[in-house]
Amino acid sequence: MSKTERPSRARASAELAAEGPGERAQSRDSVRLAVRKTYKLYIGGAFPRSESGRSYVVTSSKGDFLANASKASRKDARDAVTAARKAFGGWSGATPYNRGQILYRVAEMLESRRAQFVAELSESGTKKAGEVVDAAVDRLVWYAGWADKIAAVTGSTNPVAGPYFNISSPEPTGVVAVVAPDEPLLGLISVIAPVIVTGNTCVVIASERAPLPSITLAEVLATSDLPAGVVNILTGSVKEIAPWLAAHMDVNALDLTGVGDENLAITCEEAAAENLKRVFRPTGADWSADPGTRRLTAFLETKTVWHPTGA
Amino acid sequence: MFEYAPAPESRDVVDIQPSYGLFIDGEFADGTGKSFKTINPASEEVLAEVATASEEDVDRAVRAARKAFGTWSAMPGSERAKYIFRIARIIQERSRELAVLESLDNGKPIRESRDVDLPLVAAHFFYYAGWADKLGYAGYGADPRPLGVAGQVIPWNFPLLMLAWKIAPALACGNTVVLKPAETTPLTALAFAEICRQADLPPGVVNIVTGAGETGAALVNHPDVNKVAFTGSTEVGRQIARSVAGSGKKVTLELGGKAANIVFEDAALDQAVEGIVNGIFFNQGHVCCAGSRLLVQESIATELLEALKRRLGTLRLGDPLDKNTDIGAINSAAQLARIRELSDAGEAEGAERWSPACSLPDKGFWFPPTIFTGVAQSHRIAREEVFGPVLSVLTFRTPAEAVEKANNTPFGLSAGVWTEKGSRILWVASKLRAGVVWANTFNKFDPTSPFGGYKESGYGREGGLHGLEAYLDV
Repeated sequence: MSKTERPSRARASAELAAEGPGERAQSRDSVRLAVRKTYKLYIGGAFPRSESGRSYVVTSSKGDFLANASKASRKDARDAVTAARKAFGGWSGATPYNRGQILYRVAEMLESRRAQFVAELSESGTKKAGEVVDAAVDRLVWYAGWADKIAAVTGSTNPVAGPYFNISSPEPTGVVAVVAPDEPLLGLISVIAPVIVTGNTCVVIASERAPLPSITLAEVLATSDLPAGVVNILTGSVKEIAPWLAAHMDVNALDLTGVGDENLAITCEEAAAENLKRVFRPTGADWSADPGTRRLTAFLETKTVWHPTGA
Repeated sequence: MFEYAPAPESRDVVDIQPSYGLFIDGEFADGTGKSFKTINPASEEVLAEVATASEEDVDRAVRAARKAFGTWSAMPGSERAKYIFRIARIIQERSRELAVLESLDNGKPIRESRDVDLPLVAAHFFYYAGWADKLGYAGYGADPRPLGVAGQVIPWNFPLLMLAWKIAPALACGNTVVLKPAETTPLTALAFAEICRQADLPPGVVNIVTGAGETGAALVNHPDVNKVAFTGSTEVGRQIARSVAGSGKKVTLELGGKAANIVFEDAALDQAVEGIVNGIFFNQGHVCCAGSRLLVQESIATELLEALKRRLGTLRLGDPLDKNTDIGAINSAAQLARIRELSDAGEAEGAERWSPACSLPDKGFWFPPTIFTGVAQSHRIAREEVFGPVLSVLTFRTPAEAVEKANNTPFGLSAGVWTEKGSRILWVASKLRAGVVWANTFNKFDPTSPFGGYKESGYGREGGLHGLEAYLDV
C-alpha cells in the first residue's frame, strides 16, 4: 500500500459532513463508486495486515458499517515490540532538537489532513471534531517543544560533599506499551507524543471502538520523517492484546490510560511485575486540560554520573 | 604484607539490651509473633532477642502512623525540619556507638561503618531536613502534599543507612512511616527508635516493626499504607510489585544489580585497581551496586589482573571491630551458603577461581575475596547477583563491545568506566543503561545525588531533589 494513498471513503465522508443530508451525498457517490481504504496495522514503518488474518467490523456512532479493521494478534504485538526495540537505539540517540523537529513535522502533516480527520472523527461520534483536531495539532506542537527542554527541568547538578562532578539527567525508559484511551485522536496524540518526544519508542493499542483514525494517524507518522518503529499501532481487542504486552519481557513500561476495566488493569499490572515495568495508570483524564509534565516524566529514568575533580 | 597489631574498637560504647520490643506510637511494646535472635555474624554470638511483629502488630503500627499523619503533615515544614535536624545531630553525637553496633550486628568493618555509613546517615537526615520547608520550590507546585503512611522495608547490608534513605525524605515531605528492618540486622533501627524519643518526635510519626518476610508482607499489603518503599532483592521486589497491583499505592523499589566496571587500556592502572577493589570488596560485596563484573580491555588484561591480585594479597580479613580490617564477616549463614553455591557454579561452568592466601576465623561466616577469570556471559556468576566478595572478569576489544556486554543483563543499577579519555567517558556513560555511572571512581554516595536503577533494578530514585518525588502526591 502506498504511504500517500488517499483514503477515498473518508473523503467521501468529508463531503458528507460538509454537505449535510446523507442521501444526497450517497446518491452522488453512486455516480462514481468510491475506492475504499483498507485499514491495516502499523508496524516497523510498514502497514501489514494482522498475521492472523483476522479483522473486525468497525461501525459509525449510528451503527453503519465503516470498515473491517485488522484484529491484531499476540504475534503482531510481538512483532511490534521487536520493531520498537530495533528503533530505540537510533531514536533515543537522536538529538532532542531533531526529535522536536520531527514531532513538529507530525503536527504539520496532521494539520494538512485536517478535513480528513474531522470527517473520520465525526463518523466515530466525536463532537466538535474540528476543535478536537485543532487541539491535537496544538498538543503535538506543545510536546515538540519539550524535546530539548525536559532535561533542563528534570535534570540536576548535585553538590556532593567531595571532590566530584556529579550530574543527573533524564533518559528514556525504553519500549513503552500504551493502551490508548477511547478518544480517537486527541487522546491518542496525548499519550503518544509525551512517550516518544523524550526518546522512547512505543507499541500502541488503539481505541477498540474507534480505531480508524489511529491508522490514518499512522499515515501521518509515516510521512513525517519519524523513523520506522518509533510508533507502532495495533488495532483489535484490548483485552486480548494488552496482557501480552504487559507480560512481554522486552517492554520496559506500560501506560494503562485506556484500560477502563479494573480487572484487566490488575491483570496487566501483575504481569508487568515480572520484569519490573514502570506502570503508569492515571485516574481521570481531561484531554482538553493542560497536560503538565506527568506523562513525560512517567517514562524517564534518571541517570547520575560521577567523576572526580582535580588538576 | 606488614604485620599489624590488633586494633579493636571498644564495644563498651554500646549497651545492647537482652531483648527488644517493637516501637509503636512512641513506645516500645512486645510483639505477638515469635521472637527471634540476632547474632554477631563474626562470632555467631547472640546479641539480643527481638520481637516479631505479627499482622496484628503491623496493623497497630499503621494505625499509629495514620493517627500521627494528621498533625505531622499539617505541621509547618519549618517545624518538621527542626525535628529532622535534631535527629541528624543526635546521630552525629552517637555515631561511634551506632557504628560499633552496626558492625556488631552486620559484620561490616568498623572502618566502613565509622567512615562511610554513619557520616552518610547523618548527612542524609541533615539534607532532607532542609527540604521540609522548601518543598514548594522542588518543581511539584506551590504546595505539594505528602502521600500518607509509608510502609518501608529495608535490607541488611547498610541497615542504618537504608533506614536514613527511607525515613528522612518521608518525614521531610510530611509522611509518617512504619519501617521494617531486616531480620538479621534490627539493632540500629531499634537504636534509632530511641533517638526518635530523644528528639521528642511526636509518637506514631516513626514506627519500627521487626520480623522476617511475613512481617514485611503484612506491612506492604496493609490496606491503609499509601506508599511502599523497598530495598532488597529483585525477587522480593517482583513479589511486592505483583501484590500491590491495582491498589494504587505508590511504589519505589531499589533492587539487585550486576554492575559492569569497564577498564579501558588507557586507564590509570593503579587507580583502576583501587576502584575495582572498592567496587567489589567494599562491605564484603554486600552491595546492590557492587562492580561485580570487571570488563577489562584485552590488551591490558594480564597486566591489570597481576596488579589486582597483588592488591588483593594485602587485604585484611577478620574482626569487623578491628580498625585495620578491610573485609569483615558475611552477614548470615544463608548468605554465605548462596555465595558458596554461586562460586561453586562458577567453577563447575568452567571459570577459573582465585583467592589470595587468606586464613578465615574459626567461628562466624567468612568468605575470602575471590576472582573468577575466563568468565563467559552465559555463566551464572556473570548473570546472577552474588552479593558477596566475588568478582567475575570478562574481556573486550572495542568500546562498542564493552557497552554491549555491560548492558547484557536484566539489571541496570550502576556501572563504572575507567579511561583517561574524556569523550570516551561521556560516550560510554551515555550508552550504559544504568542509573548511576561512576567514571574513574566507584561506590560513591551522597544525599544530594539521586540513586536508583533502570530495568529490573527497580524504579524511583532515592537522594537529591529526585528523591522527594517518591514521597509526594505528584
